Amino acid sequence: MTIASLNNATQVELLTLYREMLLIRRFEEQCNALFLQGKIPSTLHLYIGQEAVAVGVCAALRPDDYVLGTHRPHGHALAKGVTSRSIMAELFGKVTGCCKAKGGSMHVGDMSVGMFPAIAIVGANAPIATGAALSAKMRGSGQVVVAFFGEGGANEGAVHEAMNMAAIWKLPVLFVCENNLYGASTPVSQIVAVENVADRAVAYGMPGVIVDGNDVLAVRDVTRTAVERARAGEGPSLIECKTYRLCGHSRSDACNYRTREEEAEWRDKDPLLRIRKLLTEETGLATLSDLEQVEAEVEAILTDAIQFADESPEPAPEDALLHVFWEDK
Amino acid sequence: MALMTIAEALREGIREEMRRDPTVFCLGEDIGVPGGFGGAFTVTLGLSDEFGHNRILDTPISEIGIAGVAIGAAMTGMRPIADVQYGDFLFCMMDQLANQAAKMTYMSGGTVKVPLVMRAPVGSTRRGSQHAQSLEAFFTHIPGLKVLAPSTAYDAKGLLKSAIRDENPVLIFEHKLLYGSKGGRSEKGALSPIGEVPDEDYTVPIGKGAIRRVGKDVTIVGKLLTVYRALEAAEELAKEGIEAEVIDPRTLIPLDKELILESVRKTGRLVVVEEDNLTHGWGAEIAAIVAEEAFFYLDAPIKRVASLDTPPPFAPPMEAYYLPSVERVIAAVKSQF
Repeated sequence: MTIASLNNATQVELLTLYREMLLIRRFEEQCNALFLQGKIPSTLHLYIGQEAVAVGVCAALRPDDYVLGTHRPHGHALAKGVTSRSIMAELFGKVTGCCKAKGGSMHVGDMSVGMFPAIAIVGANAPIATGAALSAKMRGSGQVVVAFFGEGGANEGAVHEAMNMAAIWKLPVLFVCENNLYGASTPVSQIVAVENVADRAVAYGMPGVIVDGNDVLAVRDVTRTAVERARAGEGPSLIECKTYRLCGHSRSDACNYRTREEEAEWRDKDPLLRIRKLLTEETGLATLSDLEQVEAEVEAILTDAIQFADESPEPAPEDALLHVFWEDK
Repeated sequence: MALMTIAEALREGIREEMRRDPTVFCLGEDIGVPGGFGGAFTVTLGLSDEFGHNRILDTPISEIGIAGVAIGAAMTGMRPIADVQYGDFLFCMMDQLANQAAKMTYMSGGTVKVPLVMRAPVGSTRRGSQHAQSLEAFFTHIPGLKVLAPSTAYDAKGLLKSAIRDENPVLIFEHKLLYGSKGGRSEKGALSPIGEVPDEDYTVPIGKGAIRRVGKDVTIVGKLLTVYRALEAAEELAKEGIEAEVIDPRTLIPLDKELILESVRKTGRLVVVEEDNLTHGWGAEIAAIVAEEAFFYLDAPIKRVASLDTPPPFAPPMEAYYLPSVERVIAAVKSQF
């Protein structure tokens, strides 16, 4: 990687991206540990290995833009600005959680920072994203909407309908496919006949872009281009980020459907190793002590978040009756 | 005060709400195409002349997309009214309604609202099995959805306005034989009730039923078309000295349970009439409520009159046999005496 590949990113920008990626990585590692300690009562779909996608995409967005996540949403939520405290408390099932303990891991979100409650039915977030983009266009708000989904989600009919509608109405929405090569255990080669999910974009009449999903700057830059196009009223884009889930699909997954050699190859391409190397060896923009400072900041955020979640009260059982319908505050 | 069909009343309700609130818009298949139908039953006919094609938005034939788009727009400041061409197509969008619209407020801890309206025609009208079903019970079983079933022009407009102003997802079921659609979209065998509709702004509150006929001997609960079947049966029964009280709940969720219970406490008999097929249906729920809460007032077993447990058949003799006829309502009532 050369200095030119920085695309004018400054030290501050790069360290910010690193901090956000590291926060997700460490958040997820802590979740795993807290699950094993019995602190988190649900299953977990961890985002380890895909951090550059959420962080790179969200780095190209405005605070009032919308993001719709998936059943693997912690990374999307953190990158969009939902606090570690409110997500961790949600995972613990505490009333201080971002969904007041009604959602859990698969539904974290906070509309006040543009993060929809995550939608855990695969592909179902895409038409809702198209609707939010229609709303942005009707209201003239200039907002852009991002729907994340995997290469598995790309095969849902909902995604097809959503892309077609977004394209005919030229809506400001980005369909970001995180192709991590496996839909739970099923390899992409068994479920997609074309080489790239992005190849399908031409059928919808929108640009299809393929990007190295482990290169946070590359993801940010292709997203910026798509966002500019969307805000200019030129319509949606499909961005396929090639990446890899470095952990199991969910807590119970031993990954027996893939080889240890393949995993080792992808560990060498770990997006965090990559940005560390870029910051230090390749550009000299940061020293090891700069990185250590970021790491200390992240640890402090997480220590605080875990303590907050641990000390927060549980909901009363009868709180289950609240919020079936909207209640005016 | 003007005399209107249900289709006209719905159209005026939409028109007034779109004038009142710029966030209200319609979307659906064939709802605004120039030279088109104005929706399958003419409810949106002519509205695009006033509001343009951005607010009377024609969609591809993509029911998942229509529902999802309505949800996404509703969650971000708009008030969509989605037109489902035939209620049967709700099954195509079931995930969006059951897993998304109904649960979004709940699973976000009450931080997100989904103020959308979805209008769906139901009822068996010689179109075979896939354009005929009465689907209300599927949706009354999903916590988080409000479900309305207006049977008069006054209620259609007033309930639609309440639905548009509601902060929750609201499904409105409309019966094809009650619309009063005209021209090429008129229906054989339609009742097309015409009713007085006020010129001034009014709403019908969600959750309040109506007594359509007062009687002392038996309570007949119907909805949509079966309200009229019940009324016809009541007139026949009156000739034999049985005075039936006919109740139209108007809204199924939330249900005006007290109105039904109060009537049954008075009459001591209950017959529930619905066009959906019998088993595990809405009528069973009404019967259960009365059995649980007014059992000791009952003088006879509760009776349910419904369509048969088959898909809706096509040929007119079979369709008539399948549907809950006036004669079957009369027979059910008489069996209680």
